[in-house]
Order: sequence, then C-alpha cells, then structure tokens
Amino acid sequence: MFILRLWSASARPSKPRLDISTRKMTENGVLHPERVLTLDTMNPNVKRVEYAVRGPIVQRAVQIEKELKEGVKKPFTEVLRANIGDCHAMGQRPITFLRQVLALCAYPELLEDNKFPEDAKSRARRFLAACGGGSIGAYSMSQGIELVRQDVARYIERRDGIPSNPDNIYLSSGASDAITTMLKLLISGEGASRTGVMISKPQYPLYSAALADLGGVQINYYLDEAKNWSLDASELRRSLAEAKKHCTPRAICVINPGNPTGQVQSRQCIEDVIRFAAEENLFLMADEVYQDNIYAEGCEFNSFKKVLFEMGPKYSNKVELASFHSTSKCYMGECGFRGGYMELINLDPDVKVQLTKLVSVRLCPPVTGQALLDLVVNPPQPDEPSYPTFKKERAAVLAALADKAKMAEEIFNKVPGISCNTVQGAMYAFPRIELPQKAIEAAKEKGQAPDMFYCMSLLEEKGICLVPGSGFGQREGTFHFRMTILPPTETLKVVLQKIEEFHLKFTEQYS
Amino acid sequence: MSLLRDVSPRLWSISSSEQVALAKRAAQITTELQQGVKKPYKNVIDVSWGDPHRGGLKPLTFVRQVVATCLYPSLLNSEALPVDVQQRAKSLLGECDGGSVGSYTSTRGIPKIVQSVSEFISRRDGGVQSSPENIFITSGSQRSLMMVLELFVQSEGFLQTGVLTPVPSYPYFNKALSALGGTMVPYHLCEEQGWKLKVDELRRALHVARGHCNPMALYVINPGNPTGHVQNRKSIEDVIRFAAEEKLFLLADEVYQDSVHDPSCEFVSYKKVLFEMGPPYSNSVELASFNSISKGYFGESGLRGGYVEFVNLDPTVVGYVYNLFSLDTNSAILGQITLDIMAHPPQPGDPSYPTFSEEIRSIKDTLASNVHRVHDVLGDLPGISSQPIKGGMFAFPQLHLPPCVVQEAKEAGMKPDVLYSSLLLEETGLCVGAGCEHGQKEGTHHIRLCIATPEENMEEVLNRLSTFHLSFMSRLS
Repeated sequence: MFILRLWSASARPSKPRLDISTRKMTENGVLHPERVLTLDTMNPNVKRVEYAVRGPIVQRAVQIEKELKEGVKKPFTEVLRANIGDCHAMGQRPITFLRQVLALCAYPELLEDNKFPEDAKSRARRFLAACGGGSIGAYSMSQGIELVRQDVARYIERRDGIPSNPDNIYLSSGASDAITTMLKLLISGEGASRTGVMISKPQYPLYSAALADLGGVQINYYLDEAKNWSLDASELRRSLAEAKKHCTPRAICVINPGNPTGQVQSRQCIEDVIRFAAEENLFLMADEVYQDNIYAEGCEFNSFKKVLFEMGPKYSNKVELASFHSTSKCYMGECGFRGGYMELINLDPDVKVQLTKLVSVRLCPPVTGQALLDLVVNPPQPDEPSYPTFKKERAAVLAALADKAKMAEEIFNKVPGISCNTVQGAMYAFPRIELPQKAIEAAKEKGQAPDMFYCMSLLEEKGICLVPGSGFGQREGTFHFRMTILPPTETLKVVLQKIEEFHLKFTEQYS
Repeated sequence: MSLLRDVSPRLWSISSSEQVALAKRAAQITTELQQGVKKPYKNVIDVSWGDPHRGGLKPLTFVRQVVATCLYPSLLNSEALPVDVQQRAKSLLGECDGGSVGSYTSTRGIPKIVQSVSEFISRRDGGVQSSPENIFITSGSQRSLMMVLELFVQSEGFLQTGVLTPVPSYPYFNKALSALGGTMVPYHLCEEQGWKLKVDELRRALHVARGHCNPMALYVINPGNPTGHVQNRKSIEDVIRFAAEEKLFLLADEVYQDSVHDPSCEFVSYKKVLFEMGPPYSNSVELASFNSISKGYFGESGLRGGYVEFVNLDPTVVGYVYNLFSLDTNSAILGQITLDIMAHPPQPGDPSYPTFSEEIRSIKDTLASNVHRVHDVLGDLPGISSQPIKGGMFAFPQLHLPPCVVQEAKEAGMKPDVLYSSLLLEETGLCVGAGCEHGQKEGTHHIRLCIATPEENMEEVLNRLSTFHLSFMSRLS
C-alpha cells in the first residue's frame, strides 16, 4: 500500500501555491520567500564541479591585483601569473600570417589593401566562399565547415601517413568542448553499471570537473614520478581491477604530451595503452593538444592513431579512439578563439548519429576558430610569400619554450626541497616540494590542502600565482605545484628566483 | 558491437531533425546546379536558418573594422580606418591579457565588457540597476541557456525536472533540455490571437504536469520565435505573477529584443517589468534573461557572443554557478568584442556614426518592408494564413492542407509540413523550415521563413513560394 502511494502520480499532493506573505529573513535582513533554485534543489552534480586552474587561488590573485591598483602596499608591485596555459597573456606574439588571414576574413574590404600578402588573401577568399552568405558571421553546420574538415583530414594524413575521413572529424569550441561531448556520450548506467572513466593522476582538471558534472566515476591511474611520469601497464591493470568493484569502466583518457606533468610518452607506452584498451574493451580518448610542444632530446610525438594503425588490423579494426587537438597551444597559443577538433576512429555508425545530434544542440563552434584551425592545418608552404616569416616566428616560439623548459628544470633542481622531472613537452613544470610537518599541520588548521597553503602563502608574500598539485591529483603524502613556462625568459627567471627564496624561507619558518 | 552502444539513453531522446535532412538536400541541390544539372531555377535560396548573414544581410561596417583591427593590430596605424574604430580597438586590446585577442579571459568575460553590458542593460531598462556580478558572457546565448538549465535539471532522482515550454518554440532549447534529461511541459500559444501567451493555458499545462514531473522553470521567448509575437507589459506582469505564485524560475529568451517591426508594439524586458512591479515580486522572482549578437542588426551568429543576466539568485548558489560557467573556459573573444559594440555603439558625433546608423536604418527598413510583403503576398494566397509579424525574424504561416495531403504524407512516413517543404525545395529551390520542428497544435501545419534578407531576395522567396503553393493547391483539386 505504501509503495503504491509513493509511486502513484495521482496520489501525490500538488505543490502548494506560494503564499507570498510567508517570508524568510536572511542574515542581512533582506526579506524573501524561499527560492526555486537553492542548494537543495539544484543539480547536485554542479555542486561537485571544481576547476583548480580558475579556482580559489586565481580568485585571490585577482583580488590582490585590485588591491594593488587601489594603492594597497604589498611586498611586490605586480602579480606574476604562472597558473594558466595562456601563451599570449604572457607576452607570446601571435603568428602574423594567421592574424592577417583572419583580419581579411573579418573585413573583406581589406582584400583591396596591398599591404596584405597574396597568399593570405587567397586563403581568406577560399574560406569566405565556404561560409554562408560569404560571411564569418553566419552559422556553420554543427559538425564544422566541410572545407575545414577536409583540410584537417589532409593534415592528419600528412602527419601520420594514414588515411583520414573528413566525415569522422568534428570541429569544436576548443578541445574541451569535444572532450565533454564524448564524456556525455559515454556516461550512463546506475550504481555498479555507472560509467567509469580512467584518467591519469596527476591530470588536467577539466576531466575531473566534467566527470563530476556529468556524474561519471573517475578512475585514477598513477603516473610514475620516479620514471619521468611515464605510464605503466601494470598500474593501469591495478587501477582497473579496483574500479570494476564499484562501477563499469568504459573509457581511458591519456594526455600526451602530459598536463601538468609534461612527459612525452614513448612509443612503447602508447602501444601498451592501446593493447590494454583492446583487451579491456575501453574507449580510448587521446588528448594531444600539445603535439607540437616537444622539447627534450630523444622525445618525439607519436599520435595514438598512427601507432594504432601500425599495430595492424587486430587493433586498428577494433579499438575505438577519439583524438583531440586545439588551436590554444602549440606555437599558435590562440586560446581566445576556441578552435579545435576531434577525430573518431571505429565509432559505431548508430552512435555517430547520436553524436551528430548531440553536437547540434550547441549549434556551431565559433567560425573564426574554424578559420584559424584551417590555417593551422594548412600553413604557408615553402613556395609562398609568407613562408619565411611564418617559419621564423614558429621556430622562435618553440625554441623559447624549449629553453625555458630546460631552465625551469635546472633551477628547480638546484633548490633543496624541490625536485623537478624533465619538462619533455607541453607548457608546464610540475615540481615536487618537500613540506615540513609543521606546515602541513598549519594547513590542516586552515582547512587547506598543504600545497594550497604553500601556494597561497607564495601568492601573498611574493605575488606569484601557481596552481597547487592538489588541484591535479598526486600520490598521498606528496606535494607539488604547477608553474607554466610561458612568462618571457627574464620574467621567468625572476619567478624562479622568488620561488626559491620563498621555499627556503617557508621551510625554515615551519621547521 | 561498439562500446558506445550503451550511450546514455537520454541522448536518444533528443529529437532528430528532419530539418537537417532538408538542409542536406538543399546543399546537394546546390552542388548539382554547380555541376550543370538542369533545374527550373538557377539557385537554392535557404531561409530556414535564423541567420541574417546567410540570408544575405551585410555585417555592420564598424563591427567588422574593429574586429579586424583587434585581430591584426598593425591596422591601428592604417589611415583607411576611422579614428573611432582605432580607439575602440586599442581600448579593447588593452583589456585583453597580453594585448591579444588570443588570450583566455575571466570566466564571466572581459571585466570592462561585462561592465559595458551591465550599463547597456540599465540604460535599456530606464535606469534599473544592473550589476556585472550577475552577468556571464558566453559563446552565444545557446551556451548560457544550456548552462542555466544544467543548474537545476536533474535526470536522476524521483521526478524528472520539467520546464514549461511554449508551443511553438525555439527547437534548440527543447533539444538542450532533452539532452540534460529534463522534460518539456508544453503550453500552447494562441494562434488565433496573434500567438498570444495566455496565463490560463500556463495554469492548465502546469496542472497536468504536476505529478508526472517536477516543474521548476518557465521558458518564454519575447519577441517570439517562430511566432513574431511581442508581449505587452500586462502580459509580462501576468507571467511574472504566475511564476511567483507557482514557484517557477523564469527563463526569458530576449534575443530578438532589437527586432520589433510594428510601431504600436515595444519591447520591454522582463527585468524592467519585474522591478517596476515592486516587492514582493521584485526581490523574490528568480529570473535569467538571455541576449545575443546573433540576431537583431548585428546578425553575427558565427562569432558566438551572448550573455545571461541573473536576478534574485540565491546567494548560496552563486559560487556554484560561477564554477559551472568556468568549466566552459571562456567565451570566444571576438564575440565578446562584438557584444561590447552592441552594448556601446557609435554615438552621434563619432566619425563612424553616420555609416553605422544608416546601416541600421537600412536593415530596419528592409525588415519592415519584408513584413509588409509577407502579409500582402500570403494574405492573397488560398490555403495559407499568417498572423501579424510584430517582431522577431520569422514568418510562421499556417498551411491549411487538405486531408489527402495529410494522408499522402502519412503513407510516405513524413510529417505533412515536411512533405510540403521537401516538394517546395525540389520544385523551386526554396528551402524553408518545417513547422513540426517547433511544435504545433495537433492537426495544424506550418512553415517558417526567415525574413532577415534583402528585399529583392524576399521578393524572390515570396514569388517561389506563391508559385509553388498555387500549383500545389491546384494539383489537389
């Protein structure tokens, strides 16, 4: 009887009409009746969303900058932001050719201006012809402009030596958009059948935040700090076995080159992951946004797709793979444009129909981001007028990053209590820090993770903004921070020096 | 068998789009024409999208000059560009980290632009206060609609979240709601009275829904899409009162606020009316209002710029809202820049003002003229009727299809208005939207045409439509 009552729609009393005369007094004396959207009624998944890169430490940094502007005295005159992978914010110059073409697309009257090179103009004309009404202001198809997808396919073929079908390419608003879309497709089930997704620890916190938001189960596999953050098949197996007890693992995410760790996985590692995914029936998500950011000698980027196909049909016909790329990193650093794509391999055709439907809900990616992507995969060729400048600018950006990667590693390793693995690629150093027991206790009292306490103190005392390792995940009892290698070399030297000074003082203060 | 066969079941519930099939066929026909295939027409005209630029309207010169200069700051020294363009671009670049539009921005948007938007809102609403703290700039209003829905839509739990949604509606809102696992609680707009929103109908819909789902919000579109209805102040007050009584979060989609064609109508924002109603409404009714650069005079759909303003959000929820929006990283900078121009356009005395105001006036005149032509032409056609288009960007006439057509469509496994639209496309090269995409009263059929197109094009559209319609109707007799 009770169960019938509970579930019977007609037996359920109708919601009482709001009696507007009943009022709740809040702390600051404002009268208002109970809200529709409250902590209790809101989507509980949203409450679990945290994104360390833009989290509390950044909010405090913004506050401090405000205070400095207002003339408040501090032990520093500016906040040095080394928290977010934002190249241009740190002074990296945009690539001339890219901006010329985009300007021509935005204001086609400039096509008459002889200050723009012919190759930039021809690319602009070609792109505009593919836009509705010849304007970058028109919506595009949800999957992305076909011309761009064709160009992306050709780029992938050149990179990997393996055919690529434009129909399997989905343009997106940055890689984050595509990653979230795939997770939406993957996450289903309840209880023990709830989707589990494997992601590295440490990881780029978009994954943990998206999984929290979508109610997926996060399955962590540790990267091996002692071996330059490499991936280990036995660790993958361990983590999977553990996870199977409480969820249904369906996917594995790998970030290569790694964020925050900067490691470039060896070909062997990539094969191991593919073999693992095949054996364990896991969808493979390869986040390859840093594929051009490779610095250390002996390291090279191998795309998951390429390795998959070179492993032969046993794997290449079976393993379902999504690989992601973006215009936010590499040598372009155009984060503000929100350009990116994913390529899907071996996706079930019926699922593809659902995917196409799903991406249509967000209408289309920004058309200027699509234009930018088209240029990245279709750069000036040696016989074109813009080539020399393009080549020079590109090389300069990558060389500077390589130098700074090395510098960061060297300087950190000289500081007692800080140790840093080689920054093989990507844009970050992720050194390990030794924290005295007293500091850990002080952090606990404040209700902060120890490395958050460290980073907050560093921000307050030196005006340097980093992201604590706890925001990315790390082995229990270890502490890290992530620093970008993006500030200009001279500024980076200052940052490194200040971190050193701070670390020595902090260690002494809490011993 | 793929792993993804276990795709989240609620994604299957997003309605498939026959419109997509029509659009694909339209693209195919264009290719055939390019390849020299003979047809009774030279080109495809596609008015199925709510896309002014695709429809042939031109971007505003000032907008594109500023955007181009921000993209390529070498243009700052160009003598070809007016001084105010250069000043604006310089000022905006100064607000971007590293002076580049390639940087990330704060979650909410570039602070100066958010400030600009709040001032715009305040001016628009006759001085009603607006705070940047309550505003988030996003990549198009669609993005903000999706995120706001995410705040309260739950697919798990005892009762599925319901949102009162108009019939007809903007289809991508419905899809976004389905994708999140929410359910539509449809309320019918009254076609015979110009697509009026009636509170009795809201009440009826809500009553039916209670017990089947947990209705938490009420979605209104003003001016209407696809209906073209513009709510008057009393209507808005009634809706607000209803939302307060029934404890519903109000979602006011106001992206067509700049598109009011009937001089006897005016756009007044939900926020303004809410505040003018005074307490208890003004400090209790929760409201999210949406605006965008994709419509109106700007038509910059591809640049992806829009914003949401929250009113009366519970303070304990605010932090979580911020976290959710920060997951989206930030909205495309060029969209933000365009939004700044929308919020703070050239003023009299500025060098660009004459051209800017002329271009706007020209678009206004074009739309007004198109509205008249649609009424005139459709008014003369038998078997088709159209409510007055007071605002918005579309005509949404009703097709009075004879039973034999309905039967034929059923046999073909198609909706009747899709059948009509498909034949229209094949025979005349005109691509319109089928009414079923938007929802409509059972047994009625409609098509949707975008009227944001140059007058000559509108004439050609109406020509093709009337030629086809007359031929179609005579075939049946």
